[in-house]
Amino acid sequence: MPIIEIKDLSFSYSGTSRRSLNSINLEVEKGEFVVVTGPSGCGKTTLCRCLNGLVPNFYTGELTGEISVCGLDVQKQTTSAMSQHVGFVFQDPENQLFCLTVERDVAFGPENMGFPREEIRRRVDWALKVTGTEALKDRAPYELSGGQQQRIAIASVLAMQPKIIVLDEPTSFLDPKSSQEILEVVARLNRELGVTVFLVEHRLDLATRHSNRIVVLDKGAVALDGPPEEVYGEQAQLIGIGVPKVPLLFHMLKQDGIDVRETPVTVEEGIKQLRRIISD
Amino acid sequence: MIVVEDLHFAYPNGNQVLHGVDLNIQDGEFIAIMGENGAGKTTLVKTFNGLLKPNQGRVLIDNIDTKKTSVAALAREVGLVFQNPDHQLFCETVRDEVAYSLRNFGYPSDVIEKRVKGMLETLDLTPYVDSSPFMLSGGERKRVALASVLVWNPKHMVLDEPTIGQDYQQKDRLRNFIIQLNTQGKTVVMVTHDVEFVAECKPRVILLSQGKIIGDGTAEEILTDKDLSTRASLLQPQIALLFSAIEGLPRGIIDVYSARLVINNTLRGSK
Amino acid sequence: MDPRAKFMVIMVIFAISLLFTNILVLLVVFLAQLPLIWLAKSMRRWAASMKGGLILALLIFVMNYLTGSTLTHSLAMTVRFMALLSSFSIFFMTTSPDDLGLAMEQAHVPYTLCFTFTTAVRLVPTMAVDAQTVVDAQRSRGLELDKGNLLKRIRNYIPILIPLIVSAIRRSVELAEALESRGFNVTAKRQSLVVLRMKPSDYFAVLAALVSLSLAVWASLYAQLPQVELPLELPRIWQILGPCWSK
Repeated sequence: MPIIEIKDLSFSYSGTSRRSLNSINLEVEKGEFVVVTGPSGCGKTTLCRCLNGLVPNFYTGELTGEISVCGLDVQKQTTSAMSQHVGFVFQDPENQLFCLTVERDVAFGPENMGFPREEIRRRVDWALKVTGTEALKDRAPYELSGGQQQRIAIASVLAMQPKIIVLDEPTSFLDPKSSQEILEVVARLNRELGVTVFLVEHRLDLATRHSNRIVVLDKGAVALDGPPEEVYGEQAQLIGIGVPKVPLLFHMLKQDGIDVRETPVTVEEGIKQLRRIISD
Repeated sequence: MIVVEDLHFAYPNGNQVLHGVDLNIQDGEFIAIMGENGAGKTTLVKTFNGLLKPNQGRVLIDNIDTKKTSVAALAREVGLVFQNPDHQLFCETVRDEVAYSLRNFGYPSDVIEKRVKGMLETLDLTPYVDSSPFMLSGGERKRVALASVLVWNPKHMVLDEPTIGQDYQQKDRLRNFIIQLNTQGKTVVMVTHDVEFVAECKPRVILLSQGKIIGDGTAEEILTDKDLSTRASLLQPQIALLFSAIEGLPRGIIDVYSARLVINNTLRGSK
Repeated sequence: MDPRAKFMVIMVIFAISLLFTNILVLLVVFLAQLPLIWLAKSMRRWAASMKGGLILALLIFVMNYLTGSTLTHSLAMTVRFMALLSSFSIFFMTTSPDDLGLAMEQAHVPYTLCFTFTTAVRLVPTMAVDAQTVVDAQRSRGLELDKGNLLKRIRNYIPILIPLIVSAIRRSVELAEALESRGFNVTAKRQSLVVLRMKPSDYFAVLAALVSLSLAVWASLYAQLPQVELPLELPRIWQILGPCWSK
């Protein structure tokens, strides 16, 4: 059974008649790394919020359709209950760290669940180790750089040992190098721990290498859904997403009549293809 | 002209950010200031309108020493648009927001009326003239912030991270707008991380690292320089990486359209 | 040192200071704190906060003296004020907000209140940065904070306050979202990772403080304390002004 099953999901926020989500149909299997993208206002953030119950508990409105995450009907759960299954990493690193030391921030989730102290300690140490942030344990969150803060945010979410991690544009406020590092951490979690990743990103040039499934939303509905080499084409350009330059280039070359076999999606693949094309 | 001579700056808490920067920006130039977080990019541009005064060295805006001039006076020549529009929006309507600076500078009401109207049209904000700025979307708020600075027509425009939070289409429109501003004769300086954006705009690129300028040249020169990019913790554009790995291809190609042209020509040439 | 033990000690110093008006006793209470400050290695910060209280201390002295108290008594009141100020300074300088929050939690203050406290403290540096950015942004649009009459200057702060308030509200909403997503549940049972434990030295300190308090209470009621009266009499204000008037 897919770990996320969404059927005909529609939603409009209270006080507006405009639908933020328009009949979304989506299935995600356990262990997948899905990258979700789309122009501003397409419903990416709203969709994320549906996954952990922020919609409709925190953000009220009219929600129709079915959504099941980890076998649970999200509409019937509290956000608190969902937090053990779905971890949510937000865009702004500063506003999701609320304690005075990193250690306490990471412990926050398990503390709320009322686990015994040794269990909390175990989870905190593990989460810090997995994200490579043990050295930051006693530091104050506001002293850290954006990249470090996001790592701590991921650790805090991991301490709940969720099966799915949802990340809503986590690299927005980070410089390119930190963005790359954060995505590496997330990819490692996916590869080594089997955590399902639902990543909303604009920075497709950095995210594509870790994923083999790109979902493009447009005006609240799923417009494209497939592997990067298929998705990064004409339609994606028309919808207005930032297709990474290498696949874009080869897509154009294909249109020019050049024999491009599989569209490369990373720089390395592009280099191989270009060498082949030129030497032929 | 913006002239920076041996600029040293440390924040009051002792953090030495700029270690001797020398820079010359001619009127009407299009510049991108790039570098890793903490390199001093934002600090540097804040010295252009006098928000920060040099500890050592000096900054001259059209031959006026910033140490001897108030921020309000310098602001007339150098318009600085901050990264987060929410740090400046406070009026009840978009009209008031855009008019604010003109009121500060003492323009007469009829001039204010006209200028505001014109600015809103230029940035497609006319439908929102009486709306509350807080009710607008992220992209719209960014445009209001931009309008509120552009409205007094400063000679030099400085944009701090203009592409953050923008999707591809918004960035495209922004790029066209910036180029248009520059064509109209304004000096445009943008502080940015967005390498692909810079690759498409092709401005002069100034690379800052640890408070010093380590690179100054065309976008093609700087973004294809692997050494410099590593030193400044910059990720090179994908096209630059692609081309640098293949022998025989011309240097200095950083954007998709040039790449397409070159590859087509190369293939035709070899036939 | 456990913040709760510290708090008890400070409270005792507070009580003892209030029990006496004898300048010698008060001086002892004040000077007795100096070794504590030296131990906590906070001499410089303590000196800074004392400097801050100097104006108030002077005011207390003058007010007392002018309303008829003897020189000695006025000095005693001043010393009392310094002793009180000093003790509270020590407490807040040596206790991190984190420890304070923990102490509050373990004292069974409702968790929501404790959390509000620590979050507020945690947000102070962040909001300070925000405030500076807003000031910079508005100055870049021609706002001059140091010009104009009083009314204008107050109005000039509106473009600074509003973005700050809006920013604070936005931040709170995002924080609330994050809290919900991490299982923040006011009604459920909560377990804390870190626990404050009283060490033997803490118990000893509290005991010593309580004993001192009992001694002090007894002394204030029954003991004959050495008195000091400074023979100096500074000219009273009417003695200075009087001749000026008549001239």
